[in-house]
Order: sequence, then structure tokens, then C-alpha cells
Amino acid sequence: MNNLKKILGLVWMVVAPLVIITLVLGAITYIDSNGKKDINNPIIWIIIISIFTPIAIGLMIFGWYAFKDDYQKLPDSSIEITN
Amino acid sequence: MANSSQPSGIWKVITASSVGTLIEWYDFYIFGMLAKTISTQFFPETNSTAALLSTLAIFAAGFIVRPFGALVFGRLGDLIGRKYTFLLTLVLMGGSTFLIGCVPGYKTIGIAAPLLVLLLRLLQGLALGGEYGGAATYVAEHAPPGRRGYYTSWIQTTATLGLFVALGIILLVKQNMTDAAFNDEWGGWRYPFWISILLVIVSIYIRLKMEESPLFLKLKSEGKTSKNPLRDSFRNRSNFKMVLLALFGAVMGQGVIWYTGQFYAQSFLETKCSLDFEQSRTIMLWAIAFGTPFFLVFGWLSDKVGRKWIMLAGMLAGVFLYRPIFSEFLSDTNSKNWVQTKKMQFVNENASLSFHQGDSVVTTSARYKTEDGSEFTRVTTDTARSGTNIVSRISSNEAAVIIINKKVNPATYFKFIFLVWIMIVLVTMVYGPIAAFLVELFPTKIRYTSMSLPYHIGNGVFGGLVPFIGLLLSTTFPADPLVGLWYPIGVAALCFIIGAVYLNNKIDKNVND
Repeated sequence: MNNLKKILGLVWMVVAPLVIITLVLGAITYIDSNGKKDINNPIIWIIIISIFTPIAIGLMIFGWYAFKDDYQKLPDSSIEITN
Repeated sequence: MANSSQPSGIWKVITASSVGTLIEWYDFYIFGMLAKTISTQFFPETNSTAALLSTLAIFAAGFIVRPFGALVFGRLGDLIGRKYTFLLTLVLMGGSTFLIGCVPGYKTIGIAAPLLVLLLRLLQGLALGGEYGGAATYVAEHAPPGRRGYYTSWIQTTATLGLFVALGIILLVKQNMTDAAFNDEWGGWRYPFWISILLVIVSIYIRLKMEESPLFLKLKSEGKTSKNPLRDSFRNRSNFKMVLLALFGAVMGQGVIWYTGQFYAQSFLETKCSLDFEQSRTIMLWAIAFGTPFFLVFGWLSDKVGRKWIMLAGMLAGVFLYRPIFSEFLSDTNSKNWVQTKKMQFVNENASLSFHQGDSVVTTSARYKTEDGSEFTRVTTDTARSGTNIVSRISSNEAAVIIINKKVNPATYFKFIFLVWIMIVLVTMVYGPIAAFLVELFPTKIRYTSMSLPYHIGNGVFGGLVPFIGLLLSTTFPADPLVGLWYPIGVAALCFIIGAVYLNNKIDKNVND
């Protein structure tokens, strides 16, 4: 299981930028000043990409922590977290 | 200090917390449910600035302001205490909701109307971001060990009950007046906003009489509260890794299951299946009414068998059941099948005449009923061109015929209630135990901050994106009407894998630390 956690850590580090690239490509494809749908609206894309970028960075960090074995053992009590 | 309350005390704590949180959800939902009327009154499409403000009101409130509210009020809750912080969020939410109901329309005060509504909507989002973490923390810190899942599950019912109350009140108001009276500038759509102030006053009164969380008081008396909850939550690697685990291993999947079962289902029934407004709403109401007790069941069960596998089972069930369930909705409301396979009976017909650029447009709405009790309205449009004697028989083109206000027969109606109920039960599986799960993950001194942010990113952002990504997918792959479901299915599957691999199933007996 510990090896799986580590290997999957690499997967999360790859998935995170892919999500952002997909969103940016989606924005480039669908933003259309003549369109009436939500996906044609640049403001919505700006909001979504702005909020998703830190989330994707979070996923990368999560992957990095997993790769560095931070999740091999979860804390048993809060003292392990606060110290 | 023990963190358990006397039996009568814990119920006061649960009541005070739950009623307020329910009202906050109610306040947040009514705006979304009345979005069509609100947009007519405040955000006319003809004005580009108003349309921009409308977009911000819908998207920014959920995606940006809610997580921001989680940070602002989470920090306050860890600095000054749970009680006063979630009192503040309640006042902010109730006040904003009431004031939205008081803002004159765009016709009366112009661009000031959408500006005020946007501001108030953002305040709503901010307040909602701060409320849940406070209520869940407050109840959990009063609950005895071994019962935390059960007691906090009462808080978990509030999001769904808030939806139930919002649906019920809007339906009740709408049934007692004409559409014109409801949609008028000072019409019935404002009543649900005004009703909110009464609910909030009662809730504030109840909450004011409550004591502060015993665990927080203990920390405060010992001088052990956090000086900087944001830094301690997100710059301390040991805690931050748990924030990330909570988000990607539990709350992200919970958010999409929660949204798909409660909101996407309703929207799908109304827009893709063209089901009659009242029927789609009552299907949701019945399913929610029968489904809500399961929050308590799964909260209680999580105290016995652990939180992890109940939540993950809910996600996995969503992965496998969503497409079959939504596929049933589509096939059972396919009026072309009704016409081909059942005897049809003509009920009535209405025609209206309007003028468009000099042409005369006749819109005919014919109501039909099948032998087994299903009904639908077939809308056709004919245009008489100006200055000619040519009538464009658009109605002869089947693609231009619109089928609206479908009513399914009683057997299908009960089947739909059952199918939505299954989705609500999945919501209760993922959502029932999650408050206890989050509370147990973080230390008391930064609990409010640490649990609020992942919760609102999971629910507000991952859940709130279900309709947008659904639209994106259905535009990219138009052949499959269910393609929009791949987003919640994909996120739930990803979350299931992360949760299964990285989470443990331990129930933390001690949340005093």
C-alpha cells in the first residue's frame, strides 16, 4: 500500500497541470462574444480558471507529499499535527 | 474538561445550531431557485453591465466568496470563539436575504438595482462560507465520544432540509397567485426573502442563549488558542497535508454527489426531460422527505463502523448508478415514444398572436393526454410574412415543434420519486458522516479554519461546477444527452481512489486536543 501511495503521488502531480491545460483549452475553444451560453462567457472562464489554479496546485502539493511518504502514517492525535 | 453535554443540553445545542444553519441554506437557495425572476427584475439582458453583474452574482458568490468566507469566519471562529462567529454569519445572511427582497427593480432605480443585489448576494456567499464550519464544530465539541457522528448528522440534515423548505415555500407562494402576480416587480417572488427575517430573528434569539463551546473556552482559559489560525492551518505542513487529504480524499467527491442528487437531478427533470414545474418540484420534495432520515442513520452508523467506507461507498454507488438513473428519466419522458406506442387524447388548445418585425406570429399550444395518464403540451409557431400572403408553416417542421410541461403518469411519477430518493440516499451516505470526519481530522485551536476551507471548496466549487462542466461536455459531445454526468462520475471516482488509498477508518475518540 505504501508503494501505491507513492506511485499515485506522481499521478496526482501529472493530473493537476493537465486539469488546468484542459480548462485553458476549453476557454480558448468556447469563448465567443456572440455566444449566449455560459461557456461562451469569458468572465465565467476567468472565475473558474482563477479558482481552479490554486486547487490544482494543491493537488500537485498533495501528490508531492504522497511521493515524499507524508501519508505513510496519518497522525494518531492532534499533538502530532500542532507540534 | 469533558466535551460531552447532558442529554437535554446537547439537544439545545443541536437545535440552536441546526435551525440557524437550515435558515442559512434556505436563504442561499431561494436566490438560485428564483434566478429567472430575479434576472428579469434586476439583470435585464439588454443592459450589458447588468448582464455582467448577473454572471458575477451567480458564479462569484459560490466559487470565490464562499471559500473566502470560510477563511475569514474560520479565522474569527478560532480567534474569538464559535458562538459569536456563527451568530455573525447568521445576522449577515438573514440581513442580506431580507434586503434582496427590498431592493426596487431595475425599472425603478436602474443600474443601482443589480449593483445592490450583487453586493448582497456576495455577502450571502461570505456568510454561508463561515456558517457551516462553526455549526459543525460547535455541535461536535459538545458531543460525547462515540456519538459524534450521530449528533453532527443533525447539522448535516440542514442543507437538504433548507432545500426542502425553500422548494416548499416557493411552491406554496406560487400556487396561491397567478404567474403575473408572482413575477411582478413587488410580486410574490419577494415573499420567500421577507419570510427569512422572521426565521433569522427566532434563530438569533435561540443562539444568543447558548454557551460557548467548552473545548474552545478551555483553550482560551489556558491561553492556548491560535494567534494566527490561517498560518497554523495552511503553512504548517503537518496540518496542511490533512487539509489536502480532506479535500481530495473526501469532500471533493461529496460535493459532486451532493450537487448531482439534489440540484442537477431537478434541473435535468425540468430542462432535459421538460417535466412540468410542479411535478418536478414535488418529486424532489417527496424524495427529500423520505431520504432525509438517512443522514441520521449514516451518521449513527459511522460511529459504529467508521466514517471512511460509508462515504466512499456513497461515491462508488454514484459512479455506477448515475447513468442508469438519468437514462431512465430520459426514456420515461420521451414523448415521441408516447405518441408511437399509446393512444392519444386531445385535451385543449390555445393560440396567441404576436408581431415580430411586421410579421404576424401565431403560437399554438395543444395539450394532449395519453391513455395511461401522461400529458404534454405541443407548441407550434406559424408566421405570416408582412406584405405577402405567405404563411411559413414552421409547425410542419418537426424539429421546430417544442414539447413542454410534460406530466408523467402516476406509476412513472412514483418511479421518479424512488430514483431521486436513491440519489438523495447517496447524498446522505457521503454527507451524513462528513462533519464528524472533518472535526476529528483537525486540532481544536485551528479546527474552524481548517475544516471550513476544504468543505466549501468541495461543496461550492466542485459541486457548483456540475452544471457548467455538464454544459461544456454536452456542447463538445452533443450526441450523448448524458455526457454531462461524466464530470460528477469522474470526480467521485477520483475521490474514491484517493480516499480508499490514503484515508484511514479510525474514529478519533478524543477531539479535546
